[in-house]
Amino acid sequence: MTPVAVGRREFLKVSALAGGGLAVGSWFEFLSPDAAAGEGRRAFIANAHVTIAPDGRVTLVAQNPEIGQGIKTMLPMLIAEELDVDWTEVTVVQGDLDTENYAGQFAGGSNATPTHWLPMRRIGAATRAVLVTAAAGVWGVPESELTTRSGRVIHAASGRELPYGELTEAAAAVAAPDLETVALKDPADFRIIGTDIPDVDNDAIVTGRPLFGIDTTRPGMLYAVYEKCPVFGGKVRNANIEAVRAEDGVRHAFVVEGGDNLSGLNSGVAIVADHWWVADRVRREVLQVEWDEGATAAQSTAGFAARAAELYGQAPARSLREDGDATAAISGAAHRVQADYSYPFLAHATLEPQNCTAEFSNGRLEMWAPTQTPGGGRSLVAETLGIPEESVTIHLTRMGGGFGRRLYNDWLAEAAWIAREVEVPVKLLWSREDDTRHDLYRPGGFHRLEGGVDANGRLSGWKNHFVSFGSGERFASSASVRSSEFPAGFVPDFSMGATLMELGVPTGALRAPGSNALAFVYQSFIDELAIESGSDPVQFRLDLLSTNGEDQGLDPARMATVLRSVAERSGWAQRDQLPAGTGKGVAFHYSHRGYFAEVVQATVSQRGDLTIDEVWVVGDIGSHVINPLNAWNNAQGGVIEGFSQAMGQAITIDGGRVVEGNFNDYPLLRMRQAPPIDIHFVATDNDPTGLGEPPLPPAIPALCNAIHAACGVRVRSLPIEKNDLSWG
Amino acid sequence: MPVSFVVNGRSVTVDVPADMPLLWVLRDVLDLKGTKFGCGISQCGACTVHIDGAPTRSCRTPVETVADSAVITIEGLSPDGNHPLQQAWRDLDVPQCGYCQAGQIMTAAALLAENPSPSETDIDRAMDRNLCRCGTYLRIKEGIQRAASTMTDDRASVGGGES
Repeated sequence: MTPVAVGRREFLKVSALAGGGLAVGSWFEFLSPDAAAGEGRRAFIANAHVTIAPDGRVTLVAQNPEIGQGIKTMLPMLIAEELDVDWTEVTVVQGDLDTENYAGQFAGGSNATPTHWLPMRRIGAATRAVLVTAAAGVWGVPESELTTRSGRVIHAASGRELPYGELTEAAAAVAAPDLETVALKDPADFRIIGTDIPDVDNDAIVTGRPLFGIDTTRPGMLYAVYEKCPVFGGKVRNANIEAVRAEDGVRHAFVVEGGDNLSGLNSGVAIVADHWWVADRVRREVLQVEWDEGATAAQSTAGFAARAAELYGQAPARSLREDGDATAAISGAAHRVQADYSYPFLAHATLEPQNCTAEFSNGRLEMWAPTQTPGGGRSLVAETLGIPEESVTIHLTRMGGGFGRRLYNDWLAEAAWIAREVEVPVKLLWSREDDTRHDLYRPGGFHRLEGGVDANGRLSGWKNHFVSFGSGERFASSASVRSSEFPAGFVPDFSMGATLMELGVPTGALRAPGSNALAFVYQSFIDELAIESGSDPVQFRLDLLSTNGEDQGLDPARMATVLRSVAERSGWAQRDQLPAGTGKGVAFHYSHRGYFAEVVQATVSQRGDLTIDEVWVVGDIGSHVINPLNAWNNAQGGVIEGFSQAMGQAITIDGGRVVEGNFNDYPLLRMRQAPPIDIHFVATDNDPTGLGEPPLPPAIPALCNAIHAACGVRVRSLPIEKNDLSWG
Repeated sequence: MPVSFVVNGRSVTVDVPADMPLLWVLRDVLDLKGTKFGCGISQCGACTVHIDGAPTRSCRTPVETVADSAVITIEGLSPDGNHPLQQAWRDLDVPQCGYCQAGQIMTAAALLAENPSPSETDIDRAMDRNLCRCGTYLRIKEGIQRAASTMTDDRASVGGGES
């Protein structure tokens, strides 16, 4: 969607930012050819992000995909702040994929905040500067005598004001300033950043207006399902296409050969019908396919676990980090612990199943795509169809969740292919079972750990054999570990190695990839070492953070600050006064530039029923929490997702296919399980960083550590529900 | 086979397979996109509508079973989007991705219609069938409590009106 009907561009300037090489996008100034409402003035389209109407209404383009992280609201807040307008004057519209005008249009890695903090502010500031210059010209006064506030340029000396809307004609004649050097506000003057701004789509959401990819409608649209082999990489050998075509309401049915890229178009059968439900019913009840299942049919999660157990008996195939002599340190330690940890494959389970609407005509493809990576989607689709990227248009829709699933665009390729085949608009929609069984999963993993604590209570030796997935030396996607992952660099004698198992199941990033599993392992094992050596788990961690070392993957001072804060806020010092069966656990983790420390209080009945009583979260994401109202939502959502992942979720692979299919066997946390969550941010003198992911990882080990404190059961294998927590 | 019923106060007749779930009739035949598809097996509640006042998962409701019934969807919950729940949702910034919220509001509206002062346990129980993948449960609960309180105040002020 574009904000205003536009004429041809008169000026086109692309600005590049220093220190990152990020092209902000096009800057151009012209006037809308449409006559403004009643006044003869035209709207000022300052640049690809900002349009100012004669009545003062400001339209801002939100350029990034919105997955529920609040970016559609937040990026425009940054522009509006520096433009110096009131938020009540702002209308936000979603931008489409437009790599000429917008850079960094993707949702992932909690990247949008650090990437766009300055660029979006510069766009607002530069637009304001143009308006100030225009007003100076109108009044014949020096710019230095002018200020702005709430969408007006003010000349205090003469008591004159001009609202931005009255400056549109004059502003269009002013040359754009240099974006790199335009003056930004002193944060002390912020009026929008740091305030509670509700999501711009709330009204549409609560009244049921169409917003999501699945809500797209095109004239003459048909509906499609796409049936793939339940075994990853399997291919159609034959299918009863004629019988399918004969069904009432079915308009097309055909086999697609596809390729071998598990995150692209794969072999399958498309059924296109007048109604989605008809297509899905025919797929379930009529379609019969013989599959060539392929080699992955031999793989299973049970097989992986058995193989990992064998591999523990050998030294790691690859060394990832060796500091000092971990073996000697551990054998000489006053306290030693050895433990095996594991966690399962996980699905993303976005509540809106994957879908895409596509229209192909005259060699051009138009798509309405709920995707986190529209640029990647365009490339994949163009390559799959063998058409130039320029002939693909991607409209961004709001998404019912991303969580990393929508980083991959496999279903876009399916929709594009089907659209070209049927030559009418078509909406491809996956069922929940399709979604659960054709994911790119958070990979499972296996860790053998040995640790030693010296007579002074310091963690002195650490050995980790990580049995993971990959081929040769290459880890599978999201199956790796950084060599600087905490506590690396804080333990003088440290050994980390890995052995990889072949995997035919596609894997990918799930919110806080890597961290969502590794924090559980490492922060639980650190807890085991603390408890074995009789130390307070918070103090043990503070001592660890104060250890000097090389190649430390985090800033220990920032982490110590949030750890101390959460201990204080949660009443950690009084935890021994909790009744039997109730306990507090602590954990911290650094990921995506954010520092989070969390305490969970949990109660375990003697029968083993778990209740999460309360959670305290302290985070450091830099100097500003840009939208506190949204930040609270993101943080508590991350914690609840961590609990969901940990408590009852596991993807079972058997015969190369995923067993689970829907929310009856892949459960999400429900309201009655959600505890109160106290969230606090510590502001530090660092540029603001993202919040979508870092609150999640420590929630899981904090919960598991609380369970141990409550009932003495140590959870070393997720999900929690497969552990017997009964005690007493 | 034609089926006639009332949706948001408007009489409609649709000609679709009798066992087509109401969810798909609403979304794809009547172009009411507010009611969402999440699972198809009544596990997530995103498809919740009111049928003759009762909160119902429309994904598992064959359209023939609503013949002559009155169906309310999120679009018809209030004339101007100003049901106290809708207002509470705006005030508290409840949604994250927003996909589940129509179903949450419809279930909550049915709860409050039947139980104007629900306890926290009542709320947990009633809302148990509605999933939120983003985890907005705490704000949903607060939103229900706020709306309940607003509705109680409204009733009190009407009841104790001017003499």
